[in-house]
Amino acid sequence: MELLYFGDKGWGDELFFATLMTIAVSITAMIIGFLFAALFTPLKLSNNKFLNSIGNAYTTVIRGVPELLVIYLFFFGGSGAIMFVASIFGYNDYIEINAFLTGSFSIGIISGAYSTEVFRGALQSIDKGQFEAAKVLGFNKYIYFFKIILPQMLRLAIPNLSNVWQITLKDTSLISVTGLVEIMRQSYIAAGSTRDPLFFYSFAAVLYLMLTFLSMQLLNRLETKYSKGY
Amino acid sequence: MINSFPKLLNATLITLKLLSASLILGLFIGLGFAILRMNNNKLINKFAYGYSYIFRGTPLLVQIFIIYFGLGQIEYLRTTFLWVVLKEPYWCAIIAFSLNTGAYTSEILRSAFQTIKPGYLEAGRSLGIPSKIIFTKIQIPIAIKQSLPAYGNEIILMLKGTSLASTVTLMDLTGVAKYIISTTFKPVEVFIVAGGIYLFMTFIIHNVIKYLEKKYGFQT
Repeated sequence: MELLYFGDKGWGDELFFATLMTIAVSITAMIIGFLFAALFTPLKLSNNKFLNSIGNAYTTVIRGVPELLVIYLFFFGGSGAIMFVASIFGYNDYIEINAFLTGSFSIGIISGAYSTEVFRGALQSIDKGQFEAAKVLGFNKYIYFFKIILPQMLRLAIPNLSNVWQITLKDTSLISVTGLVEIMRQSYIAAGSTRDPLFFYSFAAVLYLMLTFLSMQLLNRLETKYSKGY
Repeated sequence: MINSFPKLLNATLITLKLLSASLILGLFIGLGFAILRMNNNKLINKFAYGYSYIFRGTPLLVQIFIIYFGLGQIEYLRTTFLWVVLKEPYWCAIIAFSLNTGAYTSEILRSAFQTIKPGYLEAGRSLGIPSKIIFTKIQIPIAIKQSLPAYGNEIILMLKGTSLASTVTLMDLTGVAKYIISTTFKPVEVFIVAGGIYLFMTFIIHNVIKYLEKKYGFQT
């Protein structure tokens, strides 16, 4: 237990901040994922064959390729791509992107593919009459989407989104390979310097269990709030 | 890009070996825990639930690290024959994957068994069919039919999960891809080839499951 003391003696404070980092990366990745979903869900539902195939390609490729491979692509390829764009604008120095951004971006792209599928499913299961009625009543586009379609969609999507959250939270353990100090990386460092891997990795497992348990409690509450009848 | 292709194909073999070994072991573990979950004894039930909760609530990476780095720390284990297995990263990866997929499989099978209408079992019993045959000829085929779509997803998740073997020094498809990326600095090309191989495997698994779904697509 001494190993978990806060301060210089133990790893308590380091692991605490690592846990906060995991939460921060998961939330950022989830938000980036929503942005991707907002972009690709309309494409997947579009009648245009070309746009449709772009949407399908995104979800198929990301969901069929291991997360670790996607992370390596952005970790090794990310700064190269940004430097290429920068060189177009005449900036030729070396640019290093921070591990937090690469990490949340790569996890965000993965989580976005799952969110896209969830939103697509939710939109498709809304009764067609709702769309037609809203159009017939002549609501403007803002009310049409934000007041009529979105609340109904969220209600259907939230249970599945909490699954996406769980997947995203667990996927963040993979970005420890890029050197970002989250729970896994911190446990790896602690295990290396104390030669007690069994304790630290088991403790990491407990931290993840705690995070999944607590977030499930919160999400269940959200789910009951949104599943009230309309 | 072309030079790396044979190396990646070789590594695919390791990925496939890991996948098939852990799926077979995982299926047995999953079936075992699914049966325990349906037991009426509360303690046994709780134990099986706890198993699946822990393995589904923690990342696969943690599980591999505990088994590969952690278990070697226990002095006692080093003296038993288990150490022969546990010192090999290959077996550690298979153990971790099997336990993980076993947890997910047990949930899939449990819900499949629970959706079987009690009428079928009652009909079987009233016809005087022995309960062993009810299990193998009625419950199992219906459970297979019910669980196929979810199990297909699980196989694909496991295929992606095997990529984590590269974190414990195994040179599977992702491990070799990472090695080539870090020596040639051509991330996009390697990603396209390795990702293409993964997608091809996903495609085949998807179609096999689709075929099986059709084969078991009897009305219940």
